[in-house]
Amino acid sequence: MAAVLELLLREEVAVGAVLRWLRQGPGHRPAEENHIHDKLVSLSLLQKDFVPFLLNFLREQTSQILTNGPSTPAKTPNSKAHGSQRTGSERRAGHATSSRVQLFSQRTSVTSCTTDTSFSPAAASSGSSSFSGSNLSSPCSDFPSMASSSSPSFGYSPVLNHSERRSSQKASLGSFLTATPEALPVRRGRRKGGSAVSASGRQVPRDMGRSLAEEEDGKNDSPSWSGGRRKRSEVPLVSARSPPSQLNLNNLEEFPPMGAASGWTNKSKPSRRINPTPVSAERPLSKPKTCFTSTPVSQSPTARFSSGSSLEAFSTVQEGNLTSAISSSLQEEREMLKKERCKLLHQASSPAGISLDPGTPTKPSYTRSASLPAESHLVTCADPAKISCKKQLECLAQLYSSCIAENLVPNIFLELFFVLQLLTSKGTSTAEEEEESDLEVNEGSKNASGRQHFRSVHNCVYFAVQVLDYQYEIISHLEKGTLKFLAENERIASFSPTLHERLKQAYESSTAKVSLLLPCSVQSVSFQPETDNRSNFPSDRAFHIFKKQRDIFYELLREWEDNHEKTGWDFERVLGNKIRAMMAHLSATCNHSHFARLFQKQLIQMCKGPVGGGASWGDTPDQDVLNMLGPDNLSRLKRLQERFVVPQSIRGPCPPPSFPGCQQFFRDFILSAGSYQFNQHLVDSLCLKILELDGLTLVEHEHSDGEADMDEQDEKKRFTVVLLSLRLLAKFLGFLVFLPYRTVEQPTRDLQDSAVALRNQTLPVLDVLKLLRRSIRDHRSILTVPWIVEFLSLADHIAPFLDYYRKVFCLLLQVYRLMVLSEDKEMSFLNKLLILAVLGWLFQVPSVPEELFFATDVRQEGVMVDTVTSAQALDSVPLVDQQLLYTCCPYLGELRKLLASFVAGSGAKNGGFIRKITPTAAESLAPKASVTQRKLQVELEQAFFHNQPPSLRRTVEFVAERVGSNCVKHIKATLVAELVQRAEVMLQDKVKEEDANHDKLLEEVCAHLYEEGAQALIKGREFCKKKGPEAVRVLLPEETSAAVLSSAEDIAVELATEKACGWLSANIAALIKREVKATFNRMLKVPGLPLPSEEALELRRDCPPGCQHRAPFPSQIINEIKDVLCVAVGPRDEDEVIDHDWLESLLGRLSQTLRCRKFMCPTSEQQLAKCTVELASLLVSDRVPLSAGIKPPEKSSERLRVKNNPTYGLLKLLLSVWKEDFGMPVPVQLMFSRKNIGYLSEVKQREWDLFLFMLHGLVEHDLMRTSEIESCLRSLGELPWPSDFLKELEMLSRVFTSEHHREEPRTNPRELTRQSLGTVTAQS
Amino acid sequence: MKLSKAQYDEIAQFLGHVQPTRQSLRKLKEKFPSQSQSTLLSIFSQEYQKQIKRTHAKHHTAEAVETYYQRYLNGVMKNAAAPVLLELANEVDFAPSLMARIVLERFLQEREQAIPSKTLINSMLRDPSQIPDGVLANQVYQCTVNDCCYGPLVDCIKHAIGHEHEVLLREMLLEKNLSFIAEDQLRAKGYDKTPDFILEVPVAVEGHIIHWIESKASFGDESSHQAYLQDQFWSYWNRVQESAFPGQISCIKGDTVYGSDQGISLWIPKSYSLIVEL
Repeated sequence: MAAVLELLLREEVAVGAVLRWLRQGPGHRPAEENHIHDKLVSLSLLQKDFVPFLLNFLREQTSQILTNGPSTPAKTPNSKAHGSQRTGSERRAGHATSSRVQLFSQRTSVTSCTTDTSFSPAAASSGSSSFSGSNLSSPCSDFPSMASSSSPSFGYSPVLNHSERRSSQKASLGSFLTATPEALPVRRGRRKGGSAVSASGRQVPRDMGRSLAEEEDGKNDSPSWSGGRRKRSEVPLVSARSPPSQLNLNNLEEFPPMGAASGWTNKSKPSRRINPTPVSAERPLSKPKTCFTSTPVSQSPTARFSSGSSLEAFSTVQEGNLTSAISSSLQEEREMLKKERCKLLHQASSPAGISLDPGTPTKPSYTRSASLPAESHLVTCADPAKISCKKQLECLAQLYSSCIAENLVPNIFLELFFVLQLLTSKGTSTAEEEEESDLEVNEGSKNASGRQHFRSVHNCVYFAVQVLDYQYEIISHLEKGTLKFLAENERIASFSPTLHERLKQAYESSTAKVSLLLPCSVQSVSFQPETDNRSNFPSDRAFHIFKKQRDIFYELLREWEDNHEKTGWDFERVLGNKIRAMMAHLSATCNHSHFARLFQKQLIQMCKGPVGGGASWGDTPDQDVLNMLGPDNLSRLKRLQERFVVPQSIRGPCPPPSFPGCQQFFRDFILSAGSYQFNQHLVDSLCLKILELDGLTLVEHEHSDGEADMDEQDEKKRFTVVLLSLRLLAKFLGFLVFLPYRTVEQPTRDLQDSAVALRNQTLPVLDVLKLLRRSIRDHRSILTVPWIVEFLSLADHIAPFLDYYRKVFCLLLQVYRLMVLSEDKEMSFLNKLLILAVLGWLFQVPSVPEELFFATDVRQEGVMVDTVTSAQALDSVPLVDQQLLYTCCPYLGELRKLLASFVAGSGAKNGGFIRKITPTAAESLAPKASVTQRKLQVELEQAFFHNQPPSLRRTVEFVAERVGSNCVKHIKATLVAELVQRAEVMLQDKVKEEDANHDKLLEEVCAHLYEEGAQALIKGREFCKKKGPEAVRVLLPEETSAAVLSSAEDIAVELATEKACGWLSANIAALIKREVKATFNRMLKVPGLPLPSEEALELRRDCPPGCQHRAPFPSQIINEIKDVLCVAVGPRDEDEVIDHDWLESLLGRLSQTLRCRKFMCPTSEQQLAKCTVELASLLVSDRVPLSAGIKPPEKSSERLRVKNNPTYGLLKLLLSVWKEDFGMPVPVQLMFSRKNIGYLSEVKQREWDLFLFMLHGLVEHDLMRTSEIESCLRSLGELPWPSDFLKELEMLSRVFTSEHHREEPRTNPRELTRQSLGTVTAQS
Repeated sequence: MKLSKAQYDEIAQFLGHVQPTRQSLRKLKEKFPSQSQSTLLSIFSQEYQKQIKRTHAKHHTAEAVETYYQRYLNGVMKNAAAPVLLELANEVDFAPSLMARIVLERFLQEREQAIPSKTLINSMLRDPSQIPDGVLANQVYQCTVNDCCYGPLVDCIKHAIGHEHEVLLREMLLEKNLSFIAEDQLRAKGYDKTPDFILEVPVAVEGHIIHWIESKASFGDESSHQAYLQDQFWSYWNRVQESAFPGQISCIKGDTVYGSDQGISLWIPKSYSLIVEL
C-alpha cells in the first residue's frame, strides 16, 4: 500500500497509472499496460486496501494541523485486524517503513488504551450532555475534541481511533463536570435525572432501547466486534467508577467496564466520528435540544460560557453597538474557554504520560487542544509562496480527487468536510517554522510517503484548494451560504484565483437558498368516519374505549408538548404509566390496529416537515416567537441568531441517526408502551403506508401542453412531501423492526454467529431488497433509496451480517459506486448528490460494519438497469433541489458551519470577513399585524377543514389545483395568444422597414407587451373567481350546508388564484417572450415574408357555393396534362395524336378542378399553372399533334382561320381558365422563355398567328400588360436566334405594338396600316 | 379496395426491368386493366425506385458521368431535336430525370467552373427555361416530362395525391364524427413529429385501439412499411400513444395489403384502411 504511494510520491508512477491500477480489479491485468504500470502489477492484490490506506494516510499526515471542527475519520476497516502491541513511540518507525501495510493500525490501539485508561473516569459523564439536542446521540460532540489532534494514531486506524478519541474527550469533559458539577446552568430542556450525577437513577430497561447511541459507544469501546481487540486496562478503572445502579445484565457479560461507563457514555455519540468543536456556542434563544437518549442533562461549562456570550451579544444588539461588542465579548469568552480547556488537557494528559505527538513530545502546542488558546492570535496566514513538496501535493490531490470523483471513498461529503478542515486549518506560525526545520533534518532518512507533507498550513491549504478545484462541480451545487463562504475565503483567493473566480460566479448565480425553518405545530388527526365510526369496531365497548384512547393520546401529546423541554421532566416518569395503562385497555379490546393507524397518521402529520431533520441546523423555533413574528421575520431572526453564535457546534458530516423534534415523542411513546401487539400493528401500518407511497406515480411525463412548468413545480412539491414522509415512516419502521435485537454493544463473534444463524431463518418484515431492485430497474431510486437508507440506519449490529441485508447493502453499495456525479440524461446531478449523500451517511452509521464498504465484492449482486426509460423514470426528472437535499441531509450544513467558524476565528487579524450586522429598527406594527392576520387566516382554514370530512379538503384542493391550472391555460390561449398576434403584426412591419437586429427588435416588441401581460393577473383572478365556485358546488354533496359551501368556495378560489397568479406573475413575461420568439422564428423561416395577410387573402379559398366537390383530383389532372406534354414533347409514335375533343374536355375538367378548392393545395395549383403555360406554348408552336381537328381551309380570311383552327379554341379556353379559375398568378411570362420561343423557331411553317392571338389574349384577359409583353419581346430579340427568325420576331414585335396601340387613343394610325398582321404573315 | 399480395407480386414481377416511360405504363395498364392508373403508377414507381436504389451509385461514378456527357454532346451535335438524353437514359437503364440531372450538373460545372449548388440544379430541373443552353433545356424538359417515376412533375403529383388523401381522410373522420387533431394543430402545439391525425377520443376497430392515423399516399409494400415504421411510426407512438399496446402498429400480416378506393393505397397502419372502410 505504502509502496504504491511511495512510487507515486517519488514520481516513479504517474497518477493516471495508479488510477488505472485502482480501477482494474485484481485478477485481470491487461498486458498492454505501460511500463510504469509494471511496478504496480505486483501490488495488484492490494488494490482493495489502497483507498482506505490513502484516506488514513491523509488523516494521519494532517492530524497535526487540524485544529478546527470535529475529526473526520473515514470509516475504513483495515486497521482492526491487527494486534495492539505497538507503542506510541513506534510511530516514527511506522512512518519510516514502507511496509506500512501491516503496521499502520497497530499503534493506534495502544494509544487508545492509554487514553482510555487515563481518562475513563471522565467518560462516564460525557454522555449526559444532552443539550446537544435533537441529535440522537453524541452530546460530547459539543465539546472540544482534543483527541482528534492528539491521537497519534488518527490516521492509521480510525476505528480504534474513535474510541480513543472519544475517551479522551470524555476525559476533558469529565474533568469539567467534576470540577463544576453544581455550576451547571439551568436550561430548559428535557433532562432526566437533572444532573449527570443523579442520572444514575435512570431506568435501565428503557435506556436499552432508547439510546441508539449506546450501542455505538459500546461498539467503539469494544472494537472487537470483528475480532478480539479489547482493552484490558480499562476494566478496573471503569468498574470502580460506575454507579452500581447502572450496571445491568448487559454490562456484566462481555463488556463490564465499558458497559458500566456506557450507562452514561452510551448516550454519547459514537465519538469516533464526531468530535467536539473547539467552541460551542449554544444559542440561548433556541430551545434546548433534547437528547434522544433521555439522558439527564448536565450542562457543560462550554455551553454555559457560550450561552453567556450569546446572551451578552443579544443585549448589545439592542444597544445598537453590535459588531465590536459581539466580537470582543465572544472572543473573550472563547479565549477563556480555550484556556480552561487547555488546562484540563494538560492535567489530564500529563498523568497518563502520553505525549500526544510522539514526534514532538515536548511541544504541546502541536496538539490541537494545546494550540487552542492561542488560536485566534496565531492563526497562520497561509502563504502560497511557502508551499513545500508542491509536486507531491498535486499528485496526492489528483489521486484523492479521483477517488472522490469515482465514488471510491465511502462518503464524499466526509472527504469534502475533511478538505475544508484542511482549508481552514489554523497552524501556528512559530510552531510551523520549527516544524519545518525539524522536517528538513528528518527528511533525508524518510521515505517519500513517510515524509510529512502536511506539516505546514501552507501545504494543507494548497492541497485543499487543489482538491476543491477538482471537486468544483459538487461544490457548486451546494447551498448558497456555503458557496458564499467559499467565494469569500481569502485562502482560496490567494491560492487559486481562478477557483476563487469560479466560486464567486457560482455564488452569484446560485439560487439555492436553503431554509430549514418550518415549524411543526401539533394538530390532531381528525375523526374520519370511514375508519373511525362505530361500524369499524366489534363492539360498543371497543368503540368507546377507542374514543377514550384517542383523548388520552392527545392529552399525552399535549402534555409532552408543553413540558418536555422543562427541566427535570422525564418522559417515562411522567407519561410511562399512563401509556402502559392505555396499552392495557387496548389489549383488552383489541383496538391496537385502530390506535396504530391513529398513531401513524399523527406521526406523519407532526413530523413530515423538514424540521424533523433540522438537527444540526437549528431547533424548532418557539411557537410563540413564530406567532409573534410570522415565518418571514422568524427566518431572518433565525439567521441573525445563527450569526451571533457562528462557531456553532460542529458535529461533523456524519451524525448517527436521531429522532429530532416531535419524533422524540413517538419514539419514547413506543418505548414506554413496550407493547408487542401495538408494535406489530404499527409495523403493519407503516409497511402498508410505505408500500403505498413508494409506489405512487409522482410524475406524469407527457404534459399535454404548455402547462409543463407549473406541473413541474407541483411534482417537485409532491415528491418532496412523499419522500419526507417515506423517510419518516421508514425510520420508525426500522426502529421497530430492529428494536428487539438492539444491543448496547457489539456482540462477540460467537454471539454474532449464532444470532446470524438464527435470524437468517426469519423473513424480513418488509422486502426492501425487492423494492430496491425494482426501484433501480424502474429508475425510481431517487425515491426509494433515501427511505431505505433511513430504515437501514437503525439496523442493529447483527442485521448487516444477515444474508438478506447483506444483499441489500451490496446493492446499495453498487448503486453508490455507479452513481458517478455528472450531469447526464439518466439522472440529474442533484438527484445523484442526494443519493450519494444519504448512502455515504449510511456507510458511516455505527451499526454498519466498517469492512462493508471496502471489502464487499460489488459484483455479487448484479444491478439490472433497464435501458428503456419507462414512463415513471423519476430519476431522470430533476426533482431534488438544494432545499430538499439539505432537508434530507442536514449534516451537509456542517460544511458551512466549518467555513463560518473559520471566518469568525480568523477574524480581523487575517483580514478575514467580518459578518457585519446592521441593526435596523423593528418593523412597524402594521405589517406585522397583517402577517399575524394572515397566519390566523391560515389557521382558521386549517380548523375549518379539520372538522369537515377529508373529502371536502381533497375536493377544495383538487378544484384549486385544476382551476389554477386551467386559468393559466386559459390566459395562454386568450391573452397571450392575442398579444402574440399583435406582436406578429408589429414585427412584420418592423422587419420590413429595416434589416435590423432581430434580437433587439424582439426585445423591443416584447417589452411593449409586458405591460399588457400584467393584465393576466386580473384576468386570472376573474377566471378563478368564476370557475372555482362552480366546480366546488358541483363536486360537493348536495346536502352541504350553505355556510360550509361558501367557505369551501372561497378557499378554493383563494388557493386557485394564489396558484395561478403566483405562476403567472413569475412567468408571464418569459411566456410572452417565448411565444413571440417562436412566432418570429416561424415568420423568418417562411420565405415569402409577407405572411398570411396579403397574398393569401387574395387566393380564393372557398369553393363556389353549392360545390359538390366532385371535380377530378388535381393529381389526376396534372397526370393527364403531363401525358399531353409527353406526346407533344416527344418522342412519340408516328401515328400518335391527341384527340382535340378530349383535350378540350381536359381543359374543362381542369377548370372544374380549379374551382373546387377542396383538394387543391398550393403545390398542385402551381404545377397546374406551369403545365398549362407549357401546354399553351406547345400549342402556339403547333407542337401538339391534334387529331380530328377541322383542318383550316387553306386560303380563307384571317378571321375564319382563327375561328376554324381548333387550337384557337383551346387557347381561348386556357386564357379563360388562367383568368377565371386560378387562385394564384399564372406564370404566363414563361411563354416568352427561350425554350418555349425555341419551339416556335424550330417550326418550319411558323404559325405567328397563334402566337399573336395569344399575346392579344393575354392583354385582353389582364394576364399581362402591353408594356410587359413588349419588354419580353425586346429581351427575346437579344438572344442568338437564326437571322430569319430574328427578323420575324422583330416584325411580330412591331405588329403587336402597332395593333395594340391602335386600340389605344394615342396610336398612330399610319403605322397601323403599314404594319398590319397581314404583312407579317405574308412575309413569313 | 384491397389488393392481394399475390396480385401485387404479379404486378411487381411484370415490372421487372421496364423503363419508367409512359409506354411502359401503358403496357402495364393493358396488362392489368382492373387496377386504376394511380395504383399501378404507385406500384410501378415504388418498384422502380427500388431498382434505382440498387444501381444509383454506378451511374454517378466520374467515368460514367463523363461518358454520359460526351454521348449527350455527340448526340445533340448530330441532331439537336432528337431525344438524345431520354434515349441515353433508357439505354443505360436509368431514370431520365436523373440522367438529365447528371448531364445538367456536368454541363453547369463546365460552364461555371464550379460545382453548382443543389438548389440551382433543382430549380433548373423544375423550370428548364432557366437553363442557359436552349438545346439542353429542351432535352432536360423532355426527360422530366417523360419520366413517370422521378422528376419534379412526378414529385408534385405524389405530393398532390398525399394532400388529396389527407383531405379525404379528414372528410371521413368528420363524417364518422371522430374528433381529431390535425397535423398543423399538432405542430402549433409544438409536437416535433406528428402523424396526420391524432384522435382525441380513441376508437376501437376490429379489437384494436386506434390512436392516430397517418396516411401515406404511396403503396404500402412491406419494405416501405418497414421504413416508415422505423422513421415515423415509432416516434408517433412514443409521443402520442402511451398506454396502448405496441403490437398494433406493425400490422402487415400475411398476404393482405390494404388499399383504398382511390387506388393509391393509404393504409398504413392497418387501422387506417379500416377507417377508410368504415
